[in-house]
Amino acid sequence: MALLEIRDLHVHYGAVHALQGISLEVAAGQIVTLIGANGAGKSTTLRAISGLVRPTRGTLVFDGRPLAGCPPHEIVRRGVAHAPEGRGIFANFTVAENLEIGAFARADRVGAARDRERALELFPRLRERLRQNAGTLSGGEQQMLAIARALVARPRLLLLDEPSLGLAPQVVQTIFGIIRDINAAGTTILLVEQNAHLALQTASYAYVLEVGRPALHGPAAELAASPQVRQAYLGLA
Amino acid sequence: MDTQSIDPLMKLVQTLLDGFAVGGMYALIALGYTMVYGILKFINFAHSDVFTLGAWVSWGLAARALRLEGAADAGGTPVWAVPVVLLGAMLLCGTVGFLIERLAYKPLRAAPRLNVLITAIGVSLLLQNVGQLRVVFGPYPKSMPALLPDVTLLYVAGVRVPVVDVLVIGLPLVLMLGLEWLIFRTRVGLAMRAVSYNTQTAALMGVNVNRVISFTFVLGSALAAAAGFLYALKYVGLKQPADTTWVMLGLKAFVAAVVGGIGNVRGAMLGGFAIGLLEFLGVAYLEPLYRDVYVFAVLILVLLLRPAGILGRAAVEKV
Repeated sequence: MALLEIRDLHVHYGAVHALQGISLEVAAGQIVTLIGANGAGKSTTLRAISGLVRPTRGTLVFDGRPLAGCPPHEIVRRGVAHAPEGRGIFANFTVAENLEIGAFARADRVGAARDRERALELFPRLRERLRQNAGTLSGGEQQMLAIARALVARPRLLLLDEPSLGLAPQVVQTIFGIIRDINAAGTTILLVEQNAHLALQTASYAYVLEVGRPALHGPAAELAASPQVRQAYLGLA
Repeated sequence: MDTQSIDPLMKLVQTLLDGFAVGGMYALIALGYTMVYGILKFINFAHSDVFTLGAWVSWGLAARALRLEGAADAGGTPVWAVPVVLLGAMLLCGTVGFLIERLAYKPLRAAPRLNVLITAIGVSLLLQNVGQLRVVFGPYPKSMPALLPDVTLLYVAGVRVPVVDVLVIGLPLVLMLGLEWLIFRTRVGLAMRAVSYNTQTAALMGVNVNRVISFTFVLGSALAAAAGFLYALKYVGLKQPADTTWVMLGLKAFVAAVVGGIGNVRGAMLGGFAIGLLEFLGVAYLEPLYRDVYVFAVLILVLLLRPAGILGRAAVEKV
């Protein structure tokens, strides 16, 4: 059974029907990606999983238990961490304080300290800047901090929203390398990405969204080879 | 008394002492305005009435519940009088603050800010007029029993500093140090700062946002109650709960929060003392009739020259 199962998910923002029946599964241990154009509903799907928006219909089941009606601060405690769109770091906090708030939901101080150490090993740049205000970090460092901050919550499912956004190509390569390492160490990842090429390289399974509706899904390698995806999302004829 | 005959140094010291005493009260009230603004981005106009309630509850506890009227003359008040009345007022006002948020503001969490503002004015009128009911505090001024002996603790440049003034100046400083520690050194403070920066991201980190908002209201109300207690202790005569004196005091504390930089805790402390000192320096050295004018003139100047306040930073969105 999948770690996360979404069935027929609908979300409305006022009169806007943002998600119109999304179904997807994320198997434990995988990297699954959600690709699609701007406004396709990728971020909304993540926001529905972490409880920031309330679905109008459909079911979300995490680890065999429904997430319906669960507030965001409870969902983190159940093992879902969300590195949101635009990174959402606390710019007026130090890097250390950002990591501290990332572990806010945890009761085991020893485990939290160990995971903080692990996150700093993955992102040594952050260790050098622990006492610095997070607002002074570069875009790439802020993205690293957003991921590290989600990791110290020790999630079983990590939601990543556009980790490549606005970053230089080499930085993107570094970050995606680390995302693979995080997955290899046992964390399941649901990755939302505009850069379909990169996303399909990284993930093992992919879903394509089109204006709030599921369009295609399949193993990432198969989708990367399909003429439809190549033309619409990879810019290849 | 002929003010011309007073020694200039004594006059200055006395003015500064008075300014600090009132400034500390303004600062304590301003903290409540600024903390709620920092988290919910709205001005809780009922906050000054919680201060008034703090003063009147102090009177109620001292004069009615503990029957300390005249105790100071007849053999002295017990030493526990000050802590019991202070903590009682803080506890009661903290509870009222909790209920105000839960019953009046929380249902409007998703409503436009203007609706919440109008509701705050409604809560303010409710508190003032319920306070005037005969079964509550009544529609007449009352006087606060003395809880401290009229002992001079020290002389500063020949100016007598009674024990009451030491408490009135010292307690806000102690409370502010405590608050500073709470906000910058504790887990709950970290959660408060996170909610203030971005409510949704704070929730993603596992912070129970509703609980932080409730805590902020309790904390702000308890500090306002402490200010009310000190006011009652220092000025003794309490005007009826709906009197305009209270509105003016609350308004000046609001000015202090804006001048310091609304949403900024250290700004509220600084603004409180700045407004208190300015008011008393103006009264002592310029024209006493214009005491309110000095305060609002500074507000106008700050809004013109530095709209985000002394310690406030203009909001810059990083894209």
